Amino acid sequence: MKSVRIIPCMDVDGGRVKKGVRFLDLVDAGDPVDLAVRYDAEGADEVVFLDITASHEGRETMVEVVERAADRLFIPLTVGGGVRSVDDAKKLLYAGADKVSVNTAALERPELITEMARELGSQCVVVAIDVKRVSGAVRWSVYTHGGRRALRLDALAWAVEAVERGAGELLVTSMDRDGTGSGFDIALTRAVTDAVSVPVIASGGVGGVADFVEGALSGRAEGLLAAGVFHRREIAIADVKEALAAAGVGVRPASQAGVSLHDH
Amino acid sequence: MIAVVDYGIGNLRSAEKALVRVGADARLVADPEELGEAAAVVLPGVGAFGMCARELRSRGFARFVVEAIESGKPFLGICIGFHLLYGRSEEDDTAKGLGLLGGTVRRLSGSVKLPHMQWNRLDRTRGREAAMLSGIHGDSWVYFVHSYAPVPDPVMQGVVATCDYGGPVVAGVEVGNVWATQFHPEKSGAVGLSILTRFVERCGEVAAGRVMRSEGL
Repeated sequence: MKSVRIIPCMDVDGGRVKKGVRFLDLVDAGDPVDLAVRYDAEGADEVVFLDITASHEGRETMVEVVERAADRLFIPLTVGGGVRSVDDAKKLLYAGADKVSVNTAALERPELITEMARELGSQCVVVAIDVKRVSGAVRWSVYTHGGRRALRLDALAWAVEAVERGAGELLVTSMDRDGTGSGFDIALTRAVTDAVSVPVIASGGVGGVADFVEGALSGRAEGLLAAGVFHRREIAIADVKEALAAAGVGVRPASQAGVSLHDH
Repeated sequence: MIAVVDYGIGNLRSAEKALVRVGADARLVADPEELGEAAAVVLPGVGAFGMCARELRSRGFARFVVEAIESGKPFLGICIGFHLLYGRSEEDDTAKGLGLLGGTVRRLSGSVKLPHMQWNRLDRTRGREAAMLSGIHGDSWVYFVHSYAPVPDPVMQGVVATCDYGGPVVAGVEVGNVWATQFHPEKSGAVGLSILTRFVERCGEVAAGRVMRSEGL
């Protein structure tokens, strides 16, 4: 049966987790590997490291972070941020990442998606799309550069093209909702999940446990991503999973989390 | 030493690290001849069947993997490493697998999203012993990433577990010394590490002569 993944996301700057609110205001929240291991133990189904470091040296730091994660993390790991070539992606995969997400570079040169899918396999190619609502016939438009730059591009059209080019998964962030705690943009999530044949991760806006249930039931997302509510310990992953299971959504029990089976 | 076949495709480090985590003397092996010295062989696999099949051959591993399996050494194939045990896959007609098991790798069907990229519950095959799952709770979830899966011939040959995704999907196979999983035990948290622990224990038992080394396929 279909099951939904709960995915904590860590914005990483120079090897440290930053808590981003509305893509800007950044506060240090610790070592990404420590935090990822904590989320694994608490029942996360997957984790995302998003490298928001601007410098080239920072990129090398990210490879080291992924290598350290490979020693201690035994759930899927997606890494993104600043990936511009097949070689960038390879470095992260060989370091221990399972999937690599691309965003701006894929918009600048969509062939990158095709090349990555051909050389690395679609299953490890995630295309991340940052989206804002706009007025007019096109309801959602694509943004780049961490949400600072608007493209005149229909988000649904880009989602479909990304999948045609070989994306194995889409990570769709509502920038209107990100950091607001007002819930996922359900209409956006549903529109994308219905438009493509690959799994979709919804991101941006989680404020409470009920938002996850709505994202799964109304949004029909395959993955539900959140950051701040987990980093600030406002929501426990086990509670999210209990609520999802109670609502009839397929979900891996949080009791199977971590690296050893106790009274399971 | 447990050799994890390093044939230059994607994330192989995770399989090695997970085996080390459960106490194995495991390492990535890029020189095919080293498989001869290994006590056991793990063939991971990510990406596409054709690419993996070609890399396995062009790097000279195919013959040594077959030799290791035929000699009765404990063997674990993961995902595409599982698919490679069969002769062919619908994913790539031009590529040849090792053809050690009967059957074909087919595209998943049903009204489901592909890739099947999620955790799913293992359904054990009734009346069949599953050494890889011994001591593991019935309601166990593991992580899958694939769009194709083997359809064994004879039907259900060696199948010890399936999962439900638009219909039954073969999740685990045991045939003699060969264990294989469609899911990724190295990415399946506590359940996955338990399965790898069973494999490492089996390697120890074979090495100590407590379990008869099987004839191989």
